[in-house]
Amino acid sequence: MSKTYVHAPGFVAGDRPKIVTSRFEFADSFTLERYLATDGYKGLRAALSRPANEIHEDVKSATVLGRGGAGFPAGTKWGLTPQQVWPRYLVVNGDESEPGTYKDRLLMERDPHQLIEGCLIACYAAGLSQCFLYIRGEMALAQERVATALNEAYAAGYVGKNILGSKFSVDIILHWGAGAYVVGEETALIESLEGNRGMPRLKPPFFPAANGLYGQPTIVNNVETLANLPWLLNHGVAAYTAIGTKTSPGTRMVAVSGHVKRPGVYEIINGTTTFRDLIFGEEFCGGIRNSNALKAFVPGGGSAPWFTPDQLDLPFEASQVGPAGSMLGSGAVMVMDETTDIPAAALTLTHFYAHESCGKCTPCREGGTWLERILRRVVDGEGTDADLQQLLEVGAMICPGAFPHAANEKLGLTAVPFPYKMTTICFVGPSAFAPVHSALTLFRSEFEARVKKRVTIPVTAVATETASVGVSA
Amino acid sequence: MTIVDPIKEAAPVDPNVVNITINDKPVVARKGELIIAAADRTEDFIPRFCYHPRMSPVGMCRQCLVEVETPRGPMMVVSCMTPVAEGQVVRTATDGVKKAQEGVLELLLANHPLDCPVCDKGGECPLQDQAFSHGPGESRFVEEKRHYEKPIAISDIVYLDRERCILCDRCTRFADEVAGDALITFTSRGNDTQVLTFPDEPFSSYFSGNTVQICPVGALTAKPYRFKARPWDLEQTESTCTSCSVGCRTVVQSSRDELVRYQGVDIDPVNWGWLCDRGRYNFESVNSPDRLTSPLMKNGSELVATSWSVALENAARMIRLALAQSTNNVAILGGARGTNEDAFAWAMLADKLGINQRDAQLGDGLSPEVFNLAQATIDETCAAKTIILLAPDVKEELPVLYLRLRDAAQKRKSRIIEFSSRNSGLTPYVWRTVGFEPGNQAQIVREALATPEMKEQIARGEVVVVVGRSNLAESEVFTLQALGEVLSAVPSAKVLPVLRRGNVRGAVAAGLTPKDNSGDAIDILNAAAAGKIECLILLGVDPMADVADSGLVQRAFTQVKNVISIDTMINSSNRNADLVLPAAAYGEKAGTTTNLEGRISNVAQKITPRGTSRPDWMIATELSIALGVDIGVSSLEDLNEKLVNSVVAFAPSSDAKSTHGDGVLMARETPVTISGVASKVTDRNAYNYRLVVSRTMYDSAQSTIASPSLAGIITEAAIFVNPLDLARIGVTEGANVRVGADGTNIVIAIKADNGINRGTAWLPFNHTGVDIRPLLNIASDVVDVRIEPIK
Amino acid sequence: MSRLNDANIKLAREIIARYPRPKSALIPLLHLSQEQNGYITREAMQHLGELVGVTSAEVYGTASFYEMFKFEPVGKYLINICGTMSCALMGAHELMHHAEKKLGIKAGGTTTDGVFTLAHAECQAACTEAPTLQVNYRYRLRVTPDDLDRLIDNLRDGKLNEEFPPHGVLSKVRQSIDASRAVGAKAPEDVNESPVWLDGKAAL
Ligand SMILES: Cc1cc2nc3c(=O)[nH]c(=O)nc-3n(C[C@H](O)[C@H](O)[C@H](O)COP(=O)(O)O)c2cc1C
Ligand code: SF4
Ligand code: SF4
Ligand code: SF4
Ligand code: FES
Ligand code: FES
Repeated sequence: MSKTYVHAPGFVAGDRPKIVTSRFEFADSFTLERYLATDGYKGLRAALSRPANEIHEDVKSATVLGRGGAGFPAGTKWGLTPQQVWPRYLVVNGDESEPGTYKDRLLMERDPHQLIEGCLIACYAAGLSQCFLYIRGEMALAQERVATALNEAYAAGYVGKNILGSKFSVDIILHWGAGAYVVGEETALIESLEGNRGMPRLKPPFFPAANGLYGQPTIVNNVETLANLPWLLNHGVAAYTAIGTKTSPGTRMVAVSGHVKRPGVYEIINGTTTFRDLIFGEEFCGGIRNSNALKAFVPGGGSAPWFTPDQLDLPFEASQVGPAGSMLGSGAVMVMDETTDIPAAALTLTHFYAHESCGKCTPCREGGTWLERILRRVVDGEGTDADLQQLLEVGAMICPGAFPHAANEKLGLTAVPFPYKMTTICFVGPSAFAPVHSALTLFRSEFEARVKKRVTIPVTAVATETASVGVSA
Repeated sequence: MTIVDPIKEAAPVDPNVVNITINDKPVVARKGELIIAAADRTEDFIPRFCYHPRMSPVGMCRQCLVEVETPRGPMMVVSCMTPVAEGQVVRTATDGVKKAQEGVLELLLANHPLDCPVCDKGGECPLQDQAFSHGPGESRFVEEKRHYEKPIAISDIVYLDRERCILCDRCTRFADEVAGDALITFTSRGNDTQVLTFPDEPFSSYFSGNTVQICPVGALTAKPYRFKARPWDLEQTESTCTSCSVGCRTVVQSSRDELVRYQGVDIDPVNWGWLCDRGRYNFESVNSPDRLTSPLMKNGSELVATSWSVALENAARMIRLALAQSTNNVAILGGARGTNEDAFAWAMLADKLGINQRDAQLGDGLSPEVFNLAQATIDETCAAKTIILLAPDVKEELPVLYLRLRDAAQKRKSRIIEFSSRNSGLTPYVWRTVGFEPGNQAQIVREALATPEMKEQIARGEVVVVVGRSNLAESEVFTLQALGEVLSAVPSAKVLPVLRRGNVRGAVAAGLTPKDNSGDAIDILNAAAAGKIECLILLGVDPMADVADSGLVQRAFTQVKNVISIDTMINSSNRNADLVLPAAAYGEKAGTTTNLEGRISNVAQKITPRGTSRPDWMIATELSIALGVDIGVSSLEDLNEKLVNSVVAFAPSSDAKSTHGDGVLMARETPVTISGVASKVTDRNAYNYRLVVSRTMYDSAQSTIASPSLAGIITEAAIFVNPLDLARIGVTEGANVRVGADGTNIVIAIKADNGINRGTAWLPFNHTGVDIRPLLNIASDVVDVRIEPIK
Repeated sequence: MSRLNDANIKLAREIIARYPRPKSALIPLLHLSQEQNGYITREAMQHLGELVGVTSAEVYGTASFYEMFKFEPVGKYLINICGTMSCALMGAHELMHHAEKKLGIKAGGTTTDGVFTLAHAECQAACTEAPTLQVNYRYRLRVTPDDLDRLIDNLRDGKLNEEFPPHGVLSKVRQSIDASRAVGAKAPEDVNESPVWLDGKAAL
């Protein structure tokens, strides 16, 4: 049975295992009182009752995958720090801003203590001596909830000196961002935390685990990744891996937005749930609004190449989605029905990445804007055939060589596995091209019509009371 | 007995060698080296914009993309951030690489105004050149380009044209990482990113010219060069800067027989390609309309032009007349601004005439015995574990040495222990600063070095003492004493003497230093003031402006019967001279010079001397003939040969080629130890302020004043005290105060400075406005002054 | 005068002390000064530079990178309407047009009474609740044109002062760490040993 709660807007609960959203049903889920009444800080106590290296081993064997985008196992990442280099830091990535993504904010607003407990377990296990919790600037409520929770937790002895009376001591410092998508990229996050312009550093040599904050070994983990740890410690590795598949154990939070009947944030079982389940399943989104036809969907946040209905049966499993030409990314599915104006939809994303380019590297700074300008011209009905070709050529300056796009049986397209080659430092550059490329490859006729007819069409119609309708001419 | 395996013995494996191939040709690289640096030793040029070998790589322009073989096939990497690895296969010209490089260039040009015909950089522009060699040949960018206000002045010297900027981060990285003056930064984001200063806070860095030199486009231009010349009518030659004793390697460029620009040349042991702005832009003084073009002789109260033959004849007459009574009647001051050859010719002449009173320093330098202590080079200094500073503000006086020391402290983890009476440009980067009041440094040094913390640090490895005169208002004795304390605490310490004037080491070694225990410059001036000098020869010095104790100089000049000045311009000392002989300036004469570490390198002639001016050595030669004591010099080569053959220190430079490029170190004397100097600590009256007088980069030096682009930067004289003392005196910042010592008073503006200890007052030397020198008295060891508000 | 006031200087010092390096406090301090003045002034940037030990240019370089810092006064209420994909699919552009008409200004503009600034925004991490907007970084979800009209009227009438503090005030709650509980920040070069709890034994 699906359930929603006014106090957790967007969240849809179901009869599935809940690892990170278990307290969302309570209106006061963010208080220390509620937290303690619902197994709160028990995972920490369990962790501290064992040597740190054993906790690290647990996280490794549970294969807790990173939920920030790359899906790298947290336990493995913690093990990549160079031997005997101190201090090491934990930086929590709460900068959630990838288009389509909505989960970390919920976790921070609804269950801040769970996140704090996760941070503590990570610091204990990996020997991290200070933790910085970086929250996106535009999230006032999340900042208030986490600040309150931290103040409570400090006062109650869960954070700070000699936690729970033990020899384990760590400070968690709440840090605010100030509005820059690219700062979600971990090396940019570190720059920003150092008080600098949030421009990514080149990896290698700047792999945070080896050379991060102040040049020290630094673990950057996503909010949701860390939020998994209290449950893991409470219930054990076996219980955790019993959910999901061997390579993708546990659950993950997925936000489904766009033209579905019941857009929302779902905690789904990892590895087995398919996109079809999610978009059409009754316990999830219940199909396309107005029973329209599905045109395309973005499977893993705005950066991800698009999928079409023939990929609906792919499960939430990186080893299958990657070869199919896209990624699971940050758990953000954006659904477009048949009424969607594809070029205009692509433009919103290309505009986003061009606007959010940090400006550090030439192809992204210049190429992203160039793509946006051409695409806008096409959308505005002033483009030419040459513009369509030019889009691909500018794109090739950012992503040279064969570029992946979702396979499409009808069009006879074969995917080139993700990730792509790129001339840029980080993924923002390629992300400006991904939507253009997906849209132009999969729906070329819509672009051609736009170029030939030279007409202007609204992106979608006005939102109505019940649901808004995307309309194309 | 051990048996040595001959094969193993024969082929030692250098652990630092990494073998790679670039475009299928084997290349021997060093461990940790970047691909682009390794490729720079081959013929395969990798295009680049942001990479600069002296700054940390940022990999942001993406122009240097190459392909590297990986188990998963070729991968595109930026060669400026990818280190070499054994067996690495690099390709720089595959179709994929070419396409990527063309793509980046097309993108860089997309928003570039392409105003090459009116751009200073046109003709020597890496963007222009690489667009030609590695670009797509055409641009498909039809949109509107970014527009910014055309060049904006970001400092007194530098202009920024943001439309031309390709955002390579070189200038901003230089300002932050190399110079430590993060006054220009990227602002805004993405496609709006631009280089800017903080509103109304200019890029006033002593090193700003370097950003102009390393900007890969014409976005940064410098006032002294703007629209002066086009690269194709520039002529250039390598030389060495002699504006201070660092001796930075330069290339001197001229157009139509006029100097138009100096650029830094990268040599490992000294300047790494950097120059300071004073050294870079004071070429303007060579072109000054005030340059002397013919000899001048006093006629009544006026100096009037005359011919060389008349001038030389009169010079000879004056000298002969003076010598007729005693060889002690003639003295020579100066010579540190010329070449080694200039100094040697004058020393030979002095020898022939028996003139022992000569000094290339003006009482503000170091006793030559310091040059005989175990010497350190700049490289050795910067590689030392501990660097002890007993020196003036290196940033002000020896700017590029400051860059090297800062780098040592920031990147090489050398630790600097600074002893000083006020904060210096290096203070933010030193490990420990120990303050002292002028006069008690020896005691402070002794006590500080005896603390466990310092002992532990000193025990970590090599120690170098950087020593020089940090206070023109105190006796040299204190510096020597403090040095003595360091050397007795760390007998193995080496010494890097720092001297402001360009060629002190060379001039001293060549013989322009007191001979046979005769007096130094101050003794000479005292003798003159006592009426004991008949004829004073000034070799490119202006004691009236440059000697701290102006009272003494004035007394000396009123007593001396004849003053003969060899100089490029009229100054306060030769304005009333009997004879002024016009000297060739920097860039107008060749020879060699010697920097503070004793490095001999060549200075080049690029243009013809103005008018009939000629090099000092030539004047010495002609004068020797006029005096009938021919020093036997027929040419510069001849003179140089005599120098390297007769002065041991210069022997290593006997092959002229050795003085090019890195130059060659002087032969070092067997190190001596410093003799104990008597201590004379004096107590300060609690109501008084003890003076620190020191030089800043821009003061009223002749070459600065005569360079229009620099002259405006010199600030007005003022006295600086701790903010708390400002309150104690009862005045506010900027007010005029009366400063008095020994019955002399001056009225001067007062300013607050956090970097000064209470009870100490700092006066920058030789600034415009109020003359502060009447307060100074060379006879007293320290100077204490009263500071009073003016009611 | 828009340097930090005394109370905020005290706060600033506290915040700076939490970080191993002072410059790390720059963004939180910029927020603090924006809270004090409503926007980031020239003097504020100079002051922050002094506090964390960097040049004003560096402060400006950092501040101007981030969207939230405004260098000129903005309205008491900054209305950010999301226009990224999920919201666009659900009518964000129409919502923006409606807002422009209602307020009589174009996106990017401020009403003459200085109460509202209207701006385009990018994804606000509420995509399932599209179209979304934020007033001073506090949400309104699934916003219809009617909702928007009501919101603007209520804001103007001061009925929502509780929920929406004026622009610049971000979090109404601050982290405060009691000295007795704080571990304290150390510069990385002053830490050379592994944390004490990595001794192979349980901490409890
Ligand atoms: C352009 C870009 C934006 C990103 N934004 C976020 C983000 O907002 N939140 C996040 O957790 N990770 C984001 N990431 C991923 C982070 O770089 C990093 O991989 C992640 O925080 C690691 O945490 P995890 O291993 O727990 O997933 C982004 C990556 C890129 C390239
Ligand atoms: S790809 Fe874009 S966002 Fe990423 S570093 Fe380059 S310019 Fe910055
Ligand atoms: S001004 Fe020149 S050096 Fe500075 S970033 Fe622009 S192009 Fe590079
Ligand atoms: S540091 Fe000295 S030698 Fe170097 S450029 Fe400046 S003045 Fe010339
Ligand atoms: S030179 Fe390598 S990226 Fe610029
Ligand atoms: S797209 Fe509008 S909130 Fe994400």
